[in-house]
Amino acid sequence: MGMTITEKILAKASGQQQVSPGENIWVKTNILLTHDVCGPGTIGIFKREFGEDAKVFDKDKVVIIPDHYIYTKDLASHRNVDTLRDFVKEQGITNFYDPGTESYAGVCHVALPQHGHVRPGEVIFGTDSHTCSHGALGAFSTGIGNTDAGFIMGTGTLLIKVPASMKFIFNNTLPNYCMAKDIILTIINDIGVDGATYRAMEFAGNAITALSVEERMTICNMAIEAGGKNGIIEPDQKTIEYVKTKSPDKEFECFTSDKDAEYFAIKEYDASAIEPIVALPHSPDNGKKASECSDWKLDRAYIGSCTGGKITDFIRAAEVLDGNKVTIDTFIVPATREVEKGFYTEEVNGKKLIEIFKESGCIDPAPPSCAACLGGPVDTFGRINNSEICISTTNRNFIGRMGSKSGKVILASPLTVAASAITGRITDPREIIG
Amino acid sequence: MSQIIKGKVFVVGDNIDTDQIIPAQYLTLVPTIKEEYKKLGSYAFAGLPDSYKKFIKDGEMETEYPIIIAGNNFGCGSSREHAPISLGAAGTQVVIAQSFARIFFRNSIATGEIYPIDIETRLVDDLKTGDMVSVDIDKCILKTEEKEYTLGDLGDAKTVIENGGLFGHARKTGMI
Ligand code: SF4
Repeated sequence: MGMTITEKILAKASGQQQVSPGENIWVKTNILLTHDVCGPGTIGIFKREFGEDAKVFDKDKVVIIPDHYIYTKDLASHRNVDTLRDFVKEQGITNFYDPGTESYAGVCHVALPQHGHVRPGEVIFGTDSHTCSHGALGAFSTGIGNTDAGFIMGTGTLLIKVPASMKFIFNNTLPNYCMAKDIILTIINDIGVDGATYRAMEFAGNAITALSVEERMTICNMAIEAGGKNGIIEPDQKTIEYVKTKSPDKEFECFTSDKDAEYFAIKEYDASAIEPIVALPHSPDNGKKASECSDWKLDRAYIGSCTGGKITDFIRAAEVLDGNKVTIDTFIVPATREVEKGFYTEEVNGKKLIEIFKESGCIDPAPPSCAACLGGPVDTFGRINNSEICISTTNRNFIGRMGSKSGKVILASPLTVAASAITGRITDPREIIG
Repeated sequence: MSQIIKGKVFVVGDNIDTDQIIPAQYLTLVPTIKEEYKKLGSYAFAGLPDSYKKFIKDGEMETEYPIIIAGNNFGCGSSREHAPISLGAAGTQVVIAQSFARIFFRNSIATGEIYPIDIETRLVDDLKTGDMVSVDIDKCILKTEEKEYTLGDLGDAKTVIENGGLFGHARKTGMI
């Protein structure tokens, strides 16, 4: 019987010829990712269970990227990063991106592929639910808790259930006023926040292959918002080129789904019919066409996070902002240092991105981190501290997600967020870019 | 954990996400440090809208509700293990929901903090916060004064929780 790409990767990682949905298997881990919020707890469990002198399963495969609570005066946050530093030293961990040093990277899910830790066919576990992002490069990648991560830290393996796959096919051309974010918000609106619980979400079709690698990451990033275990896209030439520039010396294997693979469900969409969509408070599946929400007045706009803080996101936002002025507070947070550098090198209409952000009246960009995407300590840049209504390129709009419980968050693409920043109400980007 | 859990229920709706169970500002607390574990418990459900009753009375560290009744997709959102841990640390022993988000379910079992049990009936409509019930984990039955409900069976996962979570289970079964 044929297998899906997800099943093939898991079969290889468990040393078997064939695996089927529902089976519990032990898989070998290629990368274990953790950060400042879950790292200290994971280390605590690792030590408690394996002993104070225990060694991690592989010092090159445990990747630690602090990113959540970096630019804050909060003491517990600093203590947690110190815990990571001590552990890295003690274990000789080779991939640590230390805040306040040259190696600091920023948001883990954008940094992980940028620093060459993601390859097709590999198995990645991370102590963060958006670890599903990395399926965009044809890997099996999923989020886990500290206990599971502590187990992997000691053994390099984890017992998991093979998920059944759902396939989402997008054919035809995605209109220029839409982005990958509109694709994934459309799916979530369609199937609901638990529409893919326990499932692998595989994205395919010529509209998906036409997307850049970064745009594909946006789609896989939000698989968890439909309850998915992993998001995945078959690797192609674009994937291979991306991976080879980031980690030229490493070998990898590309898998694709068999024609006779079995799917729990297959859904087909016409990409050319997609319209700019927003998810209204307080759920990512509360979708509505942006054009039908123009009566929603806004207090602020936020462009950032692992979903919408990549350089491609800022380039598209700058296309809308150029020559216009924002009328509400507009927060810009590059996901990583590399994205931040791009503000000074990438151009739109012959102007550097940083100039466009300045001229259009955005607040000076913050340094890279998760910042207000998940609220965080009260002094976090862009945090909702009162009852503000914020349109955002992030991935969750739960009650209190960006800070105060009385705030409201609306999710949208970078194009839609930029257009709305200009008018001060939810705005379909076509109103601005024609 | 006892096999028959008796006490008051706390009833919540659908899609209760991890930000409502434990808001992000408390994630700096590290659950493996004893005092911080307790403190995490005292913030359980701190992110629920104010329309809900208080899960933990002001000034107290633990809840009076050992049983949580929920709708669909309980625990969706982040992978933070702080979520099942905060509920467990607060003194909750079981969450009975129509369905669970995957990572929350997995974390509940891996930590052995709470039993995540599903049920087909929409209990949320039948019960209200403060009602007294008893839950028989082995027999998969929830009893109120008037009625009996059949619960989903945890199967293998029950053994993992009884063995104290993933590590206890891995040791008992010779996996590590
Ligand atoms: S940017 Fe937001 S969603 Fe992404 S890892 Fe950071 S907090 Fe999580």
